[in-house]
Amino acid sequence: MEELLSVKYDIESGDFIRGGEASSNLKKLLNQLGIRSDIIKRICVACYEAEMNIVIHSVGGYIEAKIYSDHIEIIAYDYGPGIPNIELAMQEGYSTASDIAREMGFGGGMGLPNIKRSSDEFYIKSEVGKYTEIKIIIYFN
Amino acid sequence: MKLSEIKELIKAEVLCNEEMLSMETTCAFGSDLMSDVLAFSCRDTILITGLTNIQTIRTAEMLDIKCIIFVRNKRPDESIVELAKEKGMCLLATRHTMFTTCGILYSNGLKGVDME
Repeated sequence: MEELLSVKYDIESGDFIRGGEASSNLKKLLNQLGIRSDIIKRICVACYEAEMNIVIHSVGGYIEAKIYSDHIEIIAYDYGPGIPNIELAMQEGYSTASDIAREMGFGGGMGLPNIKRSSDEFYIKSEVGKYTEIKIIIYFN
Repeated sequence: MKLSEIKELIKAEVLCNEEMLSMETTCAFGSDLMSDVLAFSCRDTILITGLTNIQTIRTAEMLDIKCIIFVRNKRPDESIVELAKEKGMCLLATRHTMFTTCGILYSNGLKGVDME
């Protein structure tokens, strides 16, 4: 499948002011490409949660979106500290978010489950002290 | 229900995009937890919240939420109002608490998100 377009956004740790800008930019792009609005909404929820996860939980990372003719692939990668127990992190209501993240309306333990629910395919891998990588695929039809 | 009716019912002040008051809405979601809003919001939802930071606007943007009601007399900073204006959202502010705001709107016919 031919890749039509690829964008990459660096995400800074703890930047709650700019957090969400990458997802906002991606939304604009998807609107310009004429993707169906309900599909865009699912992509945006997944991307925004992944972006805020990097802001809240990591030392920094990036979001890369690859757009193909019939689907989008989003990679959310951060440089640590990694997730010791992925199964636990996937449970609704489980959170390790800081007080500042909670003040911002996050930390409800819904991030990863929301990403999975919004995606057609969802993959997560992590190594403590090294990285976390989430791969999301959402089809346009 | 029209946003203008909502404004009258909860005696709200319009913070931006007043021209959107003629817009219709069918359901509302009340929460200070943005991840819950992201998980459960439905089509044409308006958001009722006490959280006035920039992530409230970002969350609404992702979900195409066109109206946010701030309760408990909370006011967002000017920069946040500006962002909402740019994103085409109508912001309302009421003195009522979350419970009272939801109660008034529900008893006047505005529905919650169907969780079935």
